[in-house]
Amino acid sequence: MPRPRNFEKAKDFKGAIKRLFKELNKFKVLIFLGLILAGFGSILAIMAPNRLADLVNKISDGLVVNTKNIELITNNIQDSLNEDNLKTIIPQVLSVDLSSNNISNIMMNNNISNIDKEALQEFLQTSNSNDLLINLSNLPKSILQEILPNSTYNNISISTTDKIALLKLINNKDYTIPDALIPILFKDFKVDNVNITIYDQAAFISLLKDLNKDDVNMLYQKIDEMPDNIKKVIEPTFDIAGIKKIVIFLIGLYLLSALFNYIESLSMTIVSNNFARSLRSRISKKINKLPLKYFDKNQTGDILSRVTNDVDTIAQSMNQSFATLVSAITLFLGTIFMMFKTNFIMAITAIASSLIGFSFMFKILGKSQKYFIARQKYLGDLNAHIEEIYSGLNVVKVYNGKNDANEKFDVLNEQVYNANRKSQFLSGLMMPLMNFIGDFGYVAVCIVGALLTMKGTISFGVIIAFMTYVRLFTSPLSQIGQAMTSLQTTAAASERVFEFVDEKEMLDEVNIHEKLMRSETKGNIEFANVEFTYDGNTTPTIKNFSAKVKSGQKIAIVGPTGAGKTTMVNLLMKFYDISKGDIIIDGVSTKDLTRENVHDLFTMVLQDTWLFEGTIRENIAFNQENVTLDQIKNVCKIVGLDHFIKTLPNGYDSKISESDSVSAGQRQLLTIARGMIKDAPFLILDEATSNVDTRTEELVQKAMDKLTEGRTSFIIAHRLSTIKNADLILVMKDGNIVEQGTHDALMKQKGFYAEIYNSQFEL
Amino acid sequence: MLKLFKNFQKKDIIYGLISILLIVAQVWLDLKMPDYMSEITKLVQTEGSRMADILKNGAFMLLCAFTTLVCAIITGYFIANISARFSKNVRKKLFNKAMDLSSAEIKEFSTSSLITRTTNDITQIQMFIAMGLQMMIKAPLTAIWAVTKILNKSWQWSALTALAVVILLSTVAIILIIVLPRFKIVQKLIDKVNNVTRENLTGIRVIRAFNAEEYQENKFEEVNNKLTNTQLFNQKAFAIMQPIMYLVMYSLTLAIYIIGIYLIKNSLMVDKISIFGDMVVFSSYSMQVIMSFLMLAMIFMILPRANVSAIRINEVLEKDISIKNGEQKEAKEVGTVEFKNVYFKYPDAEEYLLENISFKVNKGETVAFIGSTGSGKSTLINLIPRFYDATEGEILVDGVNVKDYDITYLYNKLGYVSQKAVMFNDTVANNVTYGENGKEKTKELVKKALEVAQATEFVSKMDEKEESMIAQGGTNISGGQKQRLSIARAIAREPEIYIFDDSFSALDYKTDATLRHELKKYTKEATCLIVAQRIGTIMNADKIIVLDEGKCIGVGTHKELLKKCSVYRQIAESQLSKEELENA
Repeated sequence: MPRPRNFEKAKDFKGAIKRLFKELNKFKVLIFLGLILAGFGSILAIMAPNRLADLVNKISDGLVVNTKNIELITNNIQDSLNEDNLKTIIPQVLSVDLSSNNISNIMMNNNISNIDKEALQEFLQTSNSNDLLINLSNLPKSILQEILPNSTYNNISISTTDKIALLKLINNKDYTIPDALIPILFKDFKVDNVNITIYDQAAFISLLKDLNKDDVNMLYQKIDEMPDNIKKVIEPTFDIAGIKKIVIFLIGLYLLSALFNYIESLSMTIVSNNFARSLRSRISKKINKLPLKYFDKNQTGDILSRVTNDVDTIAQSMNQSFATLVSAITLFLGTIFMMFKTNFIMAITAIASSLIGFSFMFKILGKSQKYFIARQKYLGDLNAHIEEIYSGLNVVKVYNGKNDANEKFDVLNEQVYNANRKSQFLSGLMMPLMNFIGDFGYVAVCIVGALLTMKGTISFGVIIAFMTYVRLFTSPLSQIGQAMTSLQTTAAASERVFEFVDEKEMLDEVNIHEKLMRSETKGNIEFANVEFTYDGNTTPTIKNFSAKVKSGQKIAIVGPTGAGKTTMVNLLMKFYDISKGDIIIDGVSTKDLTRENVHDLFTMVLQDTWLFEGTIRENIAFNQENVTLDQIKNVCKIVGLDHFIKTLPNGYDSKISESDSVSAGQRQLLTIARGMIKDAPFLILDEATSNVDTRTEELVQKAMDKLTEGRTSFIIAHRLSTIKNADLILVMKDGNIVEQGTHDALMKQKGFYAEIYNSQFEL
Repeated sequence: MLKLFKNFQKKDIIYGLISILLIVAQVWLDLKMPDYMSEITKLVQTEGSRMADILKNGAFMLLCAFTTLVCAIITGYFIANISARFSKNVRKKLFNKAMDLSSAEIKEFSTSSLITRTTNDITQIQMFIAMGLQMMIKAPLTAIWAVTKILNKSWQWSALTALAVVILLSTVAIILIIVLPRFKIVQKLIDKVNNVTRENLTGIRVIRAFNAEEYQENKFEEVNNKLTNTQLFNQKAFAIMQPIMYLVMYSLTLAIYIIGIYLIKNSLMVDKISIFGDMVVFSSYSMQVIMSFLMLAMIFMILPRANVSAIRINEVLEKDISIKNGEQKEAKEVGTVEFKNVYFKYPDAEEYLLENISFKVNKGETVAFIGSTGSGKSTLINLIPRFYDATEGEILVDGVNVKDYDITYLYNKLGYVSQKAVMFNDTVANNVTYGENGKEKTKELVKKALEVAQATEFVSKMDEKEESMIAQGGTNISGGQKQRLSIARAIAREPEIYIFDDSFSALDYKTDATLRHELKKYTKEATCLIVAQRIGTIMNADKIIVLDEGKCIGVGTHKELLKKCSVYRQIAESQLSKEELENA
C-alpha cells in the first residue's frame, strides 16, 4: 500500500542524482547486475502472460470434438453402405423367394389381405426394374414375411425379421441394424490406429441417426454414449506434448524470474546498505575534520539527522526506486513495443484508453500533493504547539493560559483535520482509480478487438494477447510515478548529506615537522600581540593581547556569560587559528606545531562534563594507551572518587549511561580524573557552576586544586573567590579582554573587574 | 482499541455503516468481475459470437467497474472523514486531559511521552482507521465470499488453493519470526549510532583535546558495521518474500490449469466446457482468496502497533485527575502565604519529600529557600500553585486553603517563574503578556516589565524590538535572556505573590543583583518567594528557610543563620570566602 511520503524537493534534483551516481561508482557492478536483472525480470513478465494465454488456448482446443475423425468414420461407414455394395450383397442376403410355388401360396393364403396381394402383383410386374430393392421394401409386411424366409448367407443364418430390417435400412427409415446383419454390412477399419469394430460402427450410426445438427449439447451427450473405441478417436484430445512444453517453459520462466527478482533485490539491498554504511562512516569521519567553528554555527540535531534520517532515507528509497524504475520503464517500453508489433490499431486503443485514465489520475496526484504538503505543515505546527504547551504546562496553568492554548489548539487541529481529510481522500482514490483504468482498458481492447476480428483483420490470439498487455501497461505507469517521488526524496536527502560531506575541512598539516614531546615540555607560554577576528566580522574580537606565562603559573579568565571565555580556550587549543601575532610554547610557535601536537600538550576539563557510554575505566583512560588499572585507581583516590566507585556493582567496570545514578558532581570528578591520567604540562579548567550540591562541590574544588599542581593552568572562573591568588587575571567582556592583571591590581583599577567582584555582595 | 472507538460520533457511525455496505457492494462487484471477464473472453474466443453480446458484456463489466469505483470513492470519502474527525476529536480530548493533569501525573507519563501520545500515537491510529479498517472488513469478506464461490467447484482446486495460502502465510510468518526480533535490535543500533554521533558532537572539544578522534571513529565503525549487518540480514530475508509470493501465485494458476486438464480429460463430454469455464473463473477467484489472506496477514502486522498506541492513549484518557478545582473566589487576607505542618510525598512513594514544614510570609516580605539539590525546595514552592497537593497539612494563600480556591482565581494572585524558562513561539511582547488575569496588559506595562527584568537592552538590539519572534523553545536567545523574559512575564502580571523557582541561575552576578534591586523597588507591595542556589541571590531576604532532606533546619536572616545553622554556613563558605562573607 503506497503510503504518502514526506514530499520534499531537492534544490537541484539533477545535480543531486548525478552526484549520487558518482558516489555509487564503486558499487557499479552490483548495481548494473541489479538493474539488468530488473530489466530481464520485466521482459519475462511480458513473456509469461502470452505463454499462459497459449496454454489456455491449448486447453480450450482440448474441448473441441475431433470432427476429422467423425467424418472419417462416417465416410468409412458410408463406404460400406454405399449403393453398389448394397446392390450386390443385399439380393444375396435377402434371397427373395419369388418362386411361383411360393407366390401361389401367398395368393391362396386367406390371412393376407387383398390389398397386400395386389401390391405383390404390382411388384412382380415391375420386378425387373432397377428399383427392385426399393420396391421390395415397399411391400407390406405380410407379403415380405412370406417371400423372405429364413436363410443363410456365408454361413450366417438370417431371419425374416432381420431381412425386413435390412430393407428398412435401405429406405433410410431406421438405422437399427440387426446383429446378424452387422458382420455382413460392415467391415472393421482403423482410425488413428484404433480398430473400429463393426459393432462400434453400428452403434455409431444408430446414435447419430436422429441428431439435430445445431444442438451441440445433444451431440456431446451422444458422444458420451458411444462405444469406447470410437470415443477414443473422436473425443477432444489435448495436445499433451504441446501443453507439457508450455508448462515446462512457464515453470522455468517463473523460477527464473523469481530468481532474478531475488538476486536483484539482494544486490540492491547490499548496495544500499553498504552505501549507507559508507555514508555514515564518512559523516562520522568528517565530523573530526571540520573546524570547530562549523559546530558553533550548526546544531547537533541537524548533523544527527543527517547521519541517521537522511542516510536511512537514501538507503531505503534507493533500494526501492532504482530497480523499480528500471523494471517499470522496461515493462512500459516493452509492452508498448509488443503492442505495436502485434497490432497498430489495438495498440493505439490500449494506450489511449489507459492514458485518459492516467491523465485524470496525475491531475489528482498533483492536487493531492498540495494537500500532503499542507498536511505535513499543519501537523508540524500542531505538534509544535502541543510540545510547547506540554513542556511549559506549569507556566500555562499558573498564567491561566489554558483557554489561550485551547483556542490555538482548536484552530491548528481544525487545519490538520481539513488537510487530513482531503489528503486521505485523494490518496485513497489512487487504488480504485488504477483498477478502473485497468478494467476500462480491458473492455476497450475487447470491443475493438472483436470488431476487428469480425472484419477479419486480426485473430483471436491478438485479443487475448492485448488483454494482458493492457494490464501490464497500466501498472508500471503508477510505479514510475511512485519511484519518481521516491527519487525526489532521495535527492533531497542526499543533497543534505553531501552538503555536509563537502563542507570545507581544516587546513592540511603535512608541511609541519616541528614537534614538542609532552614529557619534555616545560610549560612556558607566551602570547605575542595575539589578534583574533571571527569569520565575517570586521573588528577583531581579541586585539593585541600579550602576556608571558611561566611554567606552573595560574591564569584566570573571568567575565559574564557570553563574554567570550571559550574563545580563549579555542585559541589556546588551536581549535581556531589566530589571525595575527603568535602563541609560543617553550619557544616554539604553535603555528609550527600540528594541532594534534598542541592538543597533546594540554589537559582540558570542561564545565559540561562529557562522558560517553562505556565503563568508568574506559571513560577515565579514554584513548590514552597503556593506562593500567592501578594508575586509574590512583587518580580516583586523589580526586576522591575511589569510595564511590567501590560502591558500584561492577566497580571500575560499571557502565555509565545517561540515567545512571552518577551525579553531576561525580561526573565532574570523573572528567578531572581523566585529565589527570593524561598528565600534560598545560591545563585548561572550566570551573563547575553551582549545579552541584554543596558537599560534592567541595570535593570537586579540591580535586581541581590537585589537578592544577605543577601545571601551567588556565582557569575559566565562575566563583571569583577561588582566583584571587591567580598570577594573571584576564577580564573579558563582549568578546574582548578588557582588563588584565592580578586581583589586587585590578581591584585598584576600580574597573569592570571590581564592579563584578562587588556585585556578589549586593542585593 | 475498542474502548477508544467509543469516541466515534453518531455521524461517524452512520458514515461507517454506509461504508461497510459500500464495501460489501465493492466485494460483490469485485467478485462479479471475473464472470464478465471470462464471459467476454469466451465470446471473443468462440467463432461467430455476435458483436452485440460482446458489447453487452463489456458494458456490464464497465458498469461493474465504474460502480466499484464510485463505491470506492464514496467509501474513501467517508473513511477519510471518519479517520480525520476521529483523530481530531481524540486529540482534542487528550490535549484537554493532559492540561488538567497534575505534575505528579505528568511525571508518571513523562512530558515527552505525553507529546508522542498526543501526536504520533494518534496519527498511528488514524492511519490504522484509514487503511486498516477498510481492509479489516474487505479482506475477510472477500476471502469468505470467494471461498464459497469456488468451494463446490472441485476439491482438488480448493485443496491446492488452501495449500498455496498455507505456504504463503507460513513464509510470511517464518520471515517475520526471524526478522522481528532483529527489527528491535536495529532500532537499538540506530539509537546507538545516534548516541555515538551525539557523543562525538557534544564532546568534540574533549575528543580533539585528547586527540581521540580515531578512538571515537573506531567506536562508530563498530556500531555502524553492526547496524549495517543486521539491517542487511533483515532486508535479505525480506528480499525472499516477494519472489516467493509471486512464484506461489503464478504456480497456483499453473497448477490449477494442469489439474483442470486432467479433470477435463476424465470428464464426460457434456461437462468439459463447464469445467473449463470453472477453471478460468477459479484461477481468478483463487487470486482473490490469496490476496485477501495476504491482506489479513498485513492487518495482523499493523494491528498490534495501532493497538499499542490505543492503549497508550487510553492510559492518559483514563487517568484520574488528582487536583480538584475548588469554588472559593474570595480571600481573607492580602499577600500572605502560610504553610501549616505540611507533609508531602508522591502518591506511591514511601518516603516523605517534605516533612512538617510550617512558616508564614506576610505581605511585602521576601522569603528565600536554600538547600542542596534534593532538599525539597522546588517541591515546596510547587505546592503553592497546586502542581502537587500536600499530603498532609494546609497551605494557605491569603488566608484560604489553596484547595478551596477556584484555581483561576488563585492563579491570578500568583506570578510564577519556573526553573526552566518557558518560551512560546510568539513575539517578545506576547511572551511577556502571556496568559489571562483579568487585567489589560498595555504596551507601557510590557516596557516596564522588560526594564525591571533587565531585558530592555537585549530586546532593543533585536531586529523588531518587542515584536521580534521567539523561536520554539526560545532557541534563538540565550539561557539568561530566556530567564529575564520569563521574569518580565511574571512582572507584567502584577501579582500579589511572586514565586521564583531558581530563576536567576543563568544570570551573571551583576545582572542578578541589578535585577533583584530593581524588582524590589518596583514591587514593594508584593510578597516574594525565592528558591536559589547562590547565597548572593538570597543574602538580603527578610527570611531565609534552610531545607535539608525535606526538613526545615533553619529559619532566619543571613546573619542569624551564619551563626546558628551549620548547613547554611557550609553552603555559604563553599561559595564565598570568609572575609567576603563578613564584608557583606
